[in-house]
Amino acid sequence: MASSSASARARRQDHIATGVLTAIVAVICVALVAIVVYIVGSGAGKLFDVSFLTGKPQQFKAGGGIGPELFNSFYLLVLTLLLSLPLSLGAAIYLAEYAHEGPVTTAAKTIIETLSSLPSIVVGLFGMLFFVLQLGWGFSIMSGALALTMFNLPILTRVIQQALEAVPRDQRDAGLALGLTRWETTIHILIPSAMPAIVTGVILSAGRVFGEAAALIYTAGQSAPMLDFTNFDLSSASCPWNVWRPAETLAVHIWKINSEGVVPDLAAVSSGTAAVLMVCILAFNIIARIVGRRLERRLTAE
Amino acid sequence: MMAGHSTSMGVEDVNLYYGDFHALKDITLDMPANQITALIGPSGCGKSTLLRCLDRMNDRVQGCRVEGRITLGDEDIKDIDPYDLRRRVGMVFQHPNPFPLTIYENVVYGLRRQGRRPKSELDGVVESTLRRVGLWDEVKDKLKASGLSLSGGQQQRLCIARALAVDPEVLLMDEPTSALDPISTSLVEELASELAHDHTVVIVTHNMQQAARISNQTAFFYLGELVEVGPTAELFVRPKKKQTEDYLTGRFG
Ligand SMILES: Nc1ncnc2c1ncn2[C@@H]1O[C@H](COP(=O)(O)OP(=O)(O)O)[C@@H](O)[C@H]1O
Ligand SMILES: [Mg+2]
Repeated sequence: MASSSASARARRQDHIATGVLTAIVAVICVALVAIVVYIVGSGAGKLFDVSFLTGKPQQFKAGGGIGPELFNSFYLLVLTLLLSLPLSLGAAIYLAEYAHEGPVTTAAKTIIETLSSLPSIVVGLFGMLFFVLQLGWGFSIMSGALALTMFNLPILTRVIQQALEAVPRDQRDAGLALGLTRWETTIHILIPSAMPAIVTGVILSAGRVFGEAAALIYTAGQSAPMLDFTNFDLSSASCPWNVWRPAETLAVHIWKINSEGVVPDLAAVSSGTAAVLMVCILAFNIIARIVGRRLERRLTAE
Repeated sequence: MMAGHSTSMGVEDVNLYYGDFHALKDITLDMPANQITALIGPSGCGKSTLLRCLDRMNDRVQGCRVEGRITLGDEDIKDIDPYDLRRRVGMVFQHPNPFPLTIYENVVYGLRRQGRRPKSELDGVVESTLRRVGLWDEVKDKLKASGLSLSGGQQQRLCIARALAVDPEVLLMDEPTSALDPISTSLVEELASELAHDHTVVIVTHNMQQAARISNQTAFFYLGELVEVGPTAELFVRPKKKQTEDYLTGRFG
């Protein structure tokens, strides 16, 4: 009798917990969806406006576009990934597979954790003091890409390290028992096993890099020279590939027009840019899921 | 096509330490060629540790120190290149652990890394090895499927095939059936008996009946010591030590 009432109570608690948790999740989802819908909705008019997406920004007149900003955002993202992916892959492999447990790994892990929680404005200020001023690179894509790399490196290293560590020890033993070296085991067995998680992590971190503003304001700068895609003179400010030119990105553009913009259609340009940024980041997330799941399925494919 | 082997393994006065922990104490044990030696004993008594000494898998464990002599045939394994040693002494684990590759690639993986071979030769090895482990008919139409798509029992036989493909002389099995269903278990047991015709097999098992069914010799370990070793039939019927008897009759462990 006592036990049946106890189990009835446990069941009631379970029902209540289920209800409360469901409600919390529902609130979060509704809030997130509302934000996305609001941002994309208020900029929807500009989202498919080709002259906005490819046009040049205006200083004083209405009707400015975000062509250079859109290109700059992707260019900086690619450069940042080119810099940070090999480095963090190497660091993660070292930490997960080679380093012995000890003071060195503990220190490295602490440093990486601290760096990954460093506010991005601090990274940006460091970038300005060091790359922009000390090294004299000025506001440039190079300064910006390195600041973003500093920002991305610890996050990516952790993601990859965790992905590698999640591969069961059995897989390492299997490689070792077959006479593989640690390097062969890492390259041929562990990385392929961890690939779905690695790819997902890389794409998600790409989303964060793509939307980053604070680290770039004082490194890549706040001006977007008009780009001429037929210009391959790498020292010219209008050559898109020139890494020594200043390059405002979408996120920085939003910040700038809202803080000092004087164009009459300021609100429309700002919400249009925000909508484009949002759609890109949503796309990264969706791609991350699809690619991750594809790879996962390929690993266990019939 | 695979050569028959008859290489025994031996362990003489082996002591192993994990840091300060003395995990194996003065172990001396012969593992005769073309026989199955079963290692039994309660969890934590050092069975896996001993097994992993035989192909120097402990080399890479931090703080692990091995003293004494371990032989493969009449060679001291210290004198054999560890990667060579592991080709000659294969290992199968408790949990099936195929690589995240196709069934075909799983089987030929060890061979591939010994150098380029013509595809026809690899195809031949895949078929003969998979036949040997009784998996050929089940997988011959899906050699390109992932090894991870197989059932647990099939995965374990694939892992045995992977170990056999490089033609080892000795096969070490660490509780190879403890994660398998009864039917897969008996398939793996039959396979182990079969393989003992031309391999030396050392198997760790928690299952007394399994040791009794398939092994020629059984060694009972307790707290890092080899308590008793003898022909399986004898050890199970007339254990000489009280501890062995207690363990066999389930009074502890
Ligand atoms: N890498 C290791 N480091 C420290 N101690 C270990 C390690 N591996 C095993 N041990 C210890 O050695 C003893 C024997 O372990 P093991 O050989 O795995 O036992 P069994 O396989 O018989 O269950 C246990 O007490 C275990 O805790
Ligand atoms: Mg064990």
